[in-house]
Amino acid sequence: MARRLSFAAAVNEAQAQAMELDDSVICFGLGADDPKGIFGTTTGLVERFGPHRVFDMPASENAMTGVGIGAALNGMRPVMTHQRMDFFLLALDQLVNNGAKWHYMFGRGVPVTIRLIVGRGWGQGPTHSQSLQSWLTHVPGLKVVMPSRARDAKGLLLESIFDDNPVVVLEHRWLYGIEDEVDEAPFGIPLGQGERLREGEDATLVAASHMTVEALKAWEYLAAAGVHCDLIDLKSLSPLDWDLVFDSVGKTGRVLVLDTGWAQGSVAGEIIARIAMDCHGDLKTAPRRLALPDYSVPTAFELTRNFYPHWRDIVAAVAEMTGSPMAMPDRAETLPHDVPDPEFNGPF
Amino acid sequence: MEERSIHLELWRQMVRIRRVEESIAQRYPRGEMRCPTHLCVGQEAVPAAAGLALKKTDLMVGTHRSHGHYLAKGGDLTAMLAEILGKATGCARGRGGSMHLVDLEAGFEGSTAIVGGSIPVGVGLALPMKLRQTGQVSVVFLGDGATDEGAFYESLNFAALKALPVVFICENNLYSVHTPLEKRRPGNFNLTAMVRALGMDARSLDGNDAWAAYGAITIAVDQARRGRGPVFLQCDTYRWLEHCGPFPDWDLGYRSLAEVDAWRAKDPCKNMAAYLLERGWADKASLAGLEAEMDREIEAAWEQALAAPTPEEEMGRSGRFAPERRKPWHAD
Repeated sequence: MARRLSFAAAVNEAQAQAMELDDSVICFGLGADDPKGIFGTTTGLVERFGPHRVFDMPASENAMTGVGIGAALNGMRPVMTHQRMDFFLLALDQLVNNGAKWHYMFGRGVPVTIRLIVGRGWGQGPTHSQSLQSWLTHVPGLKVVMPSRARDAKGLLLESIFDDNPVVVLEHRWLYGIEDEVDEAPFGIPLGQGERLREGEDATLVAASHMTVEALKAWEYLAAAGVHCDLIDLKSLSPLDWDLVFDSVGKTGRVLVLDTGWAQGSVAGEIIARIAMDCHGDLKTAPRRLALPDYSVPTAFELTRNFYPHWRDIVAAVAEMTGSPMAMPDRAETLPHDVPDPEFNGPF
Repeated sequence: MEERSIHLELWRQMVRIRRVEESIAQRYPRGEMRCPTHLCVGQEAVPAAAGLALKKTDLMVGTHRSHGHYLAKGGDLTAMLAEILGKATGCARGRGGSMHLVDLEAGFEGSTAIVGGSIPVGVGLALPMKLRQTGQVSVVFLGDGATDEGAFYESLNFAALKALPVVFICENNLYSVHTPLEKRRPGNFNLTAMVRALGMDARSLDGNDAWAAYGAITIAVDQARRGRGPVFLQCDTYRWLEHCGPFPDWDLGYRSLAEVDAWRAKDPCKNMAAYLLERGWADKASLAGLEAEMDREIEAAWEQALAAPTPEEEMGRSGRFAPERRKPWHAD
């Protein structure tokens, strides 16, 4: 039975159900059992499953990732959460040198799931808002997922927890409050499977995470103006559903790839490279991408006004690529540009 | 085990490790072993002691210099040599080499080549041991270089915090590659005092004295097994050969021949043999007989490893991921 659930509540439910299904699942992270429960994503877990399975940790991101790997090698399914991806950078050693290599070298799977939250807005600034998924997709032996909706957050997280490999789940902070229909029973969404959220013949939009939210808004506007796009929500960045992308580009001949990270060295760049190589004959126009400009995320309200790609930018790009002159959307906003919804008032 | 047989077994394990390492050193210049290879000649006492103090069901992780750890824990000799030779029958099927050894049946969970990299993994292995009260112990081998790493401090802190059944065995051979301790630590630095300040038992001992190491490790393992938390042991020892490769290296100038010779005089294998003779626990002929037996075993392992096939290219391309498994929400 489906009911409406926020993204954060869906993440919480996935972990609770995983722990119910299998007593080898444990959850830890800075603040995992604290009153705020990592934006509500771990609230109530310690009460239900006890402090041996749900626990806080010292700010030792690297060693704790290794501890998760070791525990996974010895029969546990650890789920580790970091309130910002930026803090996790210290742990790349353990993730890349051990987590991603162990099965390859030693033939033993590492069923560890690492939740990393990508910040945005309210002055998160240079070190609290990085979206470095491309670094992770570069490494063989890691799976990387980036849900955009509550139901995907639940299905992908459950699938990740019960996958025998290290999976990094990137959760965009701005998605936490968004509600969606989510099945109550546990379910999985296969890693490496994207979804065509909207159909159209004129162009292909490829997106993930919060860029899918922007793309959905742009899709509505474009459709009203008579331009119809395929909208592909990738869900998994590694493995990536190339068949779905290539199939759509084969149909539309035009592609705009959207990325929450920086343009240079991005997943969007990789997707465009593959399209250029594998679908060259299908292309009616040069592929494009919308990603972050190549400078660090500023903090001040006024400096961030035009930093992030907006759904209006998607509309403008598609209008140009398809040669469809149309009135551009009104720039008037009801909400300050640095918050996802009226309820969000910072600070984190 | 009685005192005599423990001494004899320590000697046998040490000499076996020594002879394996020497056989690698001797063959290495032929170019058949095409991977970085870090030999532990001179450092055999601590691995041998650990191997004897542990149960087969206890788990161990090691470092880039782990031939001795692997063998002492019961790792398969032929599979190790095959791995160094890049053969399909290698313990990591040619994907690891000398620096990445594994023998799950023996409880040797893996050695890795990043300084300090296996320390937190060894701590993580102990987490389910405690949660499920399995009575096992996780032994983490590390070098003094790894104590410079943040992961070392972080891992020890967490092991102490959760009172995990871990024994950390630091083989302090005085050098991180060619960098001596005095370039890395202030003169008044005291490693065991630092570890004790984390709330963990710690002691230092002569890492060339296999009997002392056996005693210390046995006590530490027992304490960890009884749920009294982790223990740290600093074992001072010395690497005779170059950091990586088969040759002596005093000519590089980072350490003196006099220093090398002083440590060679503290040869753990020779000293133990002398002690066995002195106590009348063995005679020269019986030790020579045991050595010849080990040499035959090692030679046979080489022959088998050298004759093994090289891996198909597919071995390199495959194995990135563990296979798909049935998910618990799917009906049976």
